[in-house]
Amino acid sequence: MKILVAVKRVVDYNIKVRIKPDGSDVDIHGVKMGVNPFDENAIEEALRLKEQGKATEVVAVSLGTTANQDVLRHALAMGADRAILIESHVKLQPLGVAKLLKTVVEREQPDIILLGKQAIDDDSGQTGQMLAALLGYPQGTFVSALNVEGNEVTVTREVDGGTEDIAITLPAVITADLRLNAPRFVKLPNLMMARKKPIETLHAPEMGVDVKPRLKLLQVTEPAARKPGIKVDSVEELLSKLRTIEGIQL
Amino acid sequence: MKTLVLAEHDGKQLSPALFQAVTAAQFWNSPVDLLVVGSNTSEIAQQAAAISGVARVIQADAVHLAHPLAEDVANLIFEIGREYQVILAAHSSFSRNILPRAAALLDVAMISDALSIHNDNTYVRSGYAGNILNTIHSTDAIQVLTVHSSNFAAASLGGSAEVVSIKVPAAFGKTRWLAEKHNHSDRPALSSAKIVVSGGRSLGSAEKFEQILSPLAAKLGAALGATRAAVDAGYAPNEIQVGQTGVVVAPDLYIAIGVSGAVQHTYGMKDSKIVVAINQDPDAPIFQVADYCLVADLFEAVPTLTAAIH
Ligand SMILES: Cc1cc2nc3c(=O)[nH]c(=O)nc-3n(C[C@H](O)[C@H](O)[C@H](O)COP(=O)(O)OP(=O)(O)OC[C@H]3O[C@@H](n4cnc5c(N)ncnc54)[C@H](O)[C@@H]3O)c2cc1C
Ligand SMILES: Nc1ncnc2c1ncn2[C@@H]1O[C@H](COP(=O)(O)O)[C@@H](O)[C@H]1O
Repeated sequence: MKILVAVKRVVDYNIKVRIKPDGSDVDIHGVKMGVNPFDENAIEEALRLKEQGKATEVVAVSLGTTANQDVLRHALAMGADRAILIESHVKLQPLGVAKLLKTVVEREQPDIILLGKQAIDDDSGQTGQMLAALLGYPQGTFVSALNVEGNEVTVTREVDGGTEDIAITLPAVITADLRLNAPRFVKLPNLMMARKKPIETLHAPEMGVDVKPRLKLLQVTEPAARKPGIKVDSVEELLSKLRTIEGIQL
Repeated sequence: MKTLVLAEHDGKQLSPALFQAVTAAQFWNSPVDLLVVGSNTSEIAQQAAAISGVARVIQADAVHLAHPLAEDVANLIFEIGREYQVILAAHSSFSRNILPRAAALLDVAMISDALSIHNDNTYVRSGYAGNILNTIHSTDAIQVLTVHSSNFAAASLGGSAEVVSIKVPAAFGKTRWLAEKHNHSDRPALSSAKIVVSGGRSLGSAEKFEQILSPLAAKLGAALGATRAAVDAGYAPNEIQVGQTGVVVAPDLYIAIGVSGAVQHTYGMKDSKIVVAINQDPDAPIFQVADYCLVADLFEAVPTLTAAIH
């Protein structure tokens, strides 16, 4: 069984991004980048399936520029067998990513395609579902537990009211939630070894799919700040302040 | 052209957020149809028909839709989607599962969690866990989106839309629904509660989380919320996680107790009308989004607060 994992390169989650002075986009020049946190869970789960003897090969794929090699190296250092970079100079959106991933799936024929449930830069949360649609595959999204048995994968999904369990016939698309697992730390020697592994590069314009952005970013602004708060010294003071607010009864 | 709203329900009742999604749908000034998917949905369809501003309720009823799966609902939307200029739903785990799939079938992009609608195809949505606002223009002929329901007023009752049934295609058949686990509580639903009492990892155990926060929530008629750290530690169930990867709430009053205030958390609560934070660290980032800041040990302050409330 083969597993394909999609790994996005995003701004580190600890960084507060700045907006370019002209408001055209965020300024990520020189900012610390890394693997999208959910995608680390996806890689981890694929590796665990391999360690359980259920999967035979784990292939990581990332779409972007040559800079994305670093997240693929991270995936290789975690234990992925191979890595594919799809280079695109057009800034890709979920539908475009899904179309390009579809061509990789058609070539690689994985049984499970693992993605993160959302990328923490755009918070779209769309690519996995779009890929499943384009492939005509079933989907298991927001997954916090997963078990492969024969040609079926049983998953627990985190939904608004609690959790839901579904059984899905393979091949299938799965999107990982953070509680799926705790991703392993990368050991330095593994990172050194990963530096030597080859990364296959494909070029988006040669892949025969339309990845023209459908959404145009017109402007980026900062949200209005909340007005500064008041420090209260005791529970009594807090309550007396709150009791002056209309509509709140305490 | 028309607008289609995907209705979320639990088999008995429509989701409160649907009423807000219907208001958002009025923006395009064209007839609004509601799609109700399920099994034995006549009651739900009648409820939907009574929402004012709804032109038609489209009822897709079949035994295999009792627990509607994304594959089946997306196929349904695909079948009727070309009749619409706009297809939207309230942002929720239900719609987030289905609409991207439907959008891809229709070969259009999707806009997730639109905060506001500027014109027929321009929206504002947040990025980077709410740190920035993006104004986005969609070039597609069909707009597929989810809306941030708390930013829209709820549509009222008083409508009398016609209900039409549509033929349901055969089940996709590659996914089987097995079970669901809902932690039933007598508290109000988190996403629509007027008051939310939220706790962090500092509560220290599931027992303490319950023992310290529940009496306060009970007195206030509040819903309970939690940070990811508290959920990961097993102090609270996943469905009450507030934040970027959990539920987004905007109650009248949000009380953050022993919560550090990471952006991933504040994303889910910073639109609350009044925020109270109780934290022993005067430099905790939560105080930057709080209206009332109490630097105190929660294990002392919260029981005192609970006792002082009538
Ligand atoms: C991709 C991603 C997504 C995430 N999504 C979410 C999300 O949706 N929701 C979310 O909440 N988090 C999310 N997080 C995690 C987030 O970054 C923080 O780690 C988390 O919110 C911290 O939880 P906490 O405040 O309970 O814990 P901590 O950060 O450990 O803070 C505990 C706080 O309690 C205070 N404290 C300790 N003891 C006491 C006491 N006795 N009395 C009073 N105060 C006390 C401390 O001063 C501290 O401020 C996400 C992280 C990532 C990487
Ligand atoms: N450029 C990309 N390269 C690799 N994977 C991606 C890319 N964009 C999105 N993905 C995958 O799709 C998931 C969801 O992304 P999104 O729909 O953008 O929120 C991510 O967690 C990744 O697994």
